[in-house]
Amino acid sequence: MKKSYKIEVDCANCANKMEDAAKRTAGVKDASVNFMMLKMNVEFEDGQNPKDVMKEVLKNCKKVEDDCEIYI
Amino acid sequence: MNKKQKKMLIRILISAVLLIGLNFVPVTGIVRFLLYLVPYLVIGYDILLKALKGIKNRQVFDENFLMAVATVGAIALAVYDQSGDYTEAVAVMLFYQIGELFQSYAVGKSRRNISELMDIRPDYANIEKDGKLEKADPDEVEIGSIIVVQPGEKVPIDGVITEGRSSLNTSALTGESLPRDAGTGDEIISGCINMTGVLKIRTTKEFGESTVSKILDLVENASSRKSRSEAFISRFARVYTPAVCCAALALAFLPPLVRMLGLGMAPEWGTWIYRALTFLVISCPCALVISIPLSFFAGIGGASKAGVLVKGSNYLETLSQTKIVVFDKTGTLTQGVFEVNGIHHNELEDEKLVEYAALAESASSHPISRSLQKAYGKEIDRSRVSDIREISGNGVIAKVDGTEVAAGNDKLMRYLGIPYIGCHSVGTIIHMAIDGKYAGHIVISDVIKPHSGEAVRQLKKAGVRRTVMLTGDAAKVADQVAETLGLDEVYSELLPADKVEKVEELIRRKPENAKLAFVGDGINDAPVLGRADIGIAMGAMGSDAAIEAADVVLMDDDPLQIAKAIKISRKCLRIVYQNIVFAIGIKLICLALGALGFADMWLAIFADVGVMILAVLNAIRALFVKKL
Repeated sequence: MKKSYKIEVDCANCANKMEDAAKRTAGVKDASVNFMMLKMNVEFEDGQNPKDVMKEVLKNCKKVEDDCEIYI
Repeated sequence: MNKKQKKMLIRILISAVLLIGLNFVPVTGIVRFLLYLVPYLVIGYDILLKALKGIKNRQVFDENFLMAVATVGAIALAVYDQSGDYTEAVAVMLFYQIGELFQSYAVGKSRRNISELMDIRPDYANIEKDGKLEKADPDEVEIGSIIVVQPGEKVPIDGVITEGRSSLNTSALTGESLPRDAGTGDEIISGCINMTGVLKIRTTKEFGESTVSKILDLVENASSRKSRSEAFISRFARVYTPAVCCAALALAFLPPLVRMLGLGMAPEWGTWIYRALTFLVISCPCALVISIPLSFFAGIGGASKAGVLVKGSNYLETLSQTKIVVFDKTGTLTQGVFEVNGIHHNELEDEKLVEYAALAESASSHPISRSLQKAYGKEIDRSRVSDIREISGNGVIAKVDGTEVAAGNDKLMRYLGIPYIGCHSVGTIIHMAIDGKYAGHIVISDVIKPHSGEAVRQLKKAGVRRTVMLTGDAAKVADQVAETLGLDEVYSELLPADKVEKVEELIRRKPENAKLAFVGDGINDAPVLGRADIGIAMGAMGSDAAIEAADVVLMDDDPLQIAKAIKISRKCLRIVYQNIVFAIGIKLICLALGALGFADMWLAIFADVGVMILAVLNAIRALFVKKL
């Protein structure tokens, strides 16, 4: 399943870091952050609940870039 | 400017004023240190906090950490030397923040610019209820509903006009400024702006499946598909920052140790640590990391404004390397509509002959008969025609106004035993016999699009080495079209499967880095579009299949758009390479100067911020594609 989320982040490098963090989160098959559109596209692994996974994604993103937000 | 940016601007101003003011305050020692700490903390407190949080989360090499170490280090050095020169540290932080502010402003600005370009999202649909118009969410309008579009409004959903006549402005979709006329029965696609009359439209699709949604979706997701240059830059950034930090560490400790232990000289710790701190200031990869995606984003945005939809940065990159363009003939280089192109050996007036032909063929719905009726141009009066006999594969014989008219090919004439004159022209020949006597023939052929020749020339100018045409049509027709347009190669009488094979063969024969683009109208060449390095679909107004299958979609069916698309991609990639070379080059030079002691922290921060500003401005240039 694929979902798209609106995000808030200030710099392009931070967006790259968020992408890496999201990709490393358990339950995420693939993720890409589009800094220009301020969007995060997440592909979930089968049988995962996007809501729970996204909470983890947000936590991991906050770790690498404190000043970011994902509108879940 | 948004709230965050305004707050930053105020902090920058306060800090700058304080810094300048402090230059005139003659204090020394601890008071001076404390006074300078004020502008430093005003401008840099968030950076310091972020750096601390970064350390806590084990994210050491981020730019906040680097800036924090560099400036705190510079202040510590000033304290240690008792030089009291704190200005440098504050200024570095100040300029860093100015650079960040500029970057966030520029990105926000181009983000808005591009959303304005793609300002085709309709906000509402008018539905008539009890004689009154009600605004409804386009998402909630069901297929088959009747919607009303007033002058000045956007058509929200694809459909068919049931009532009304108007001119439509399609410029947001196609880049074409000439309005199109549409009337009852015509299909209409969402995203057009209704200019003159009120239109009633029966919707044929849901909003989500309508052209406008598809296009928006495509453009918004385009920069998610990253190009090789972008991937290179994010890999580079990942390596660059840690590498520079290690180099800084080495620079701080190795030379003094070597001097002290190996050469027996004074270690000069202060000098070398200062040089190392300068390194840290240069180590931020911001200019690169922001300007490359921004260039692609602007390039894709500019292209959509010109009616060229590129599905991803990677495709823009491939498009710029196109050296071979393969065309489908019908619908791409030619109109795909048959027209009467000549009347030869005619005994009667031309109009009269066409009239007879149109009437005789009036019962048929074959494209040939339709083009005859179109050439005749008047309403067909069926009562004038009688005794129609269709001789399958050969033509028709009918009585028109009581006269016997035969219209058909060579075989029909031979069957009737009428001597006929062959034709040298290319196309479908319809011989006419009236009252058993030969009356000349009508040539019907596909018409080359007005800009096809120009498009081929423009492509050559844009650096395309070979142009190839593939067609299912007869060799005679194909060769003539190819010759008229000046194409390099032509392969005719191909079945759809043969076209895939031909393209594969061309791909095998070409050099690795020369890319092959296939241009088709997307109707029956989806497999070929998929097989080519880059598939370009033309005239996609309303054709879902084409939007799905192709990598680049030309909204208009003007072949000049192909050359335009390639030129846009070339410009964008040129900017990308300029930025890569420029930003990396300047950074390396500054690193070298810093290591040798020629560059101080002032130069380092100017180089860092200056390169970023120039790279961002250069990236925004990709948005302007009008004059290409």
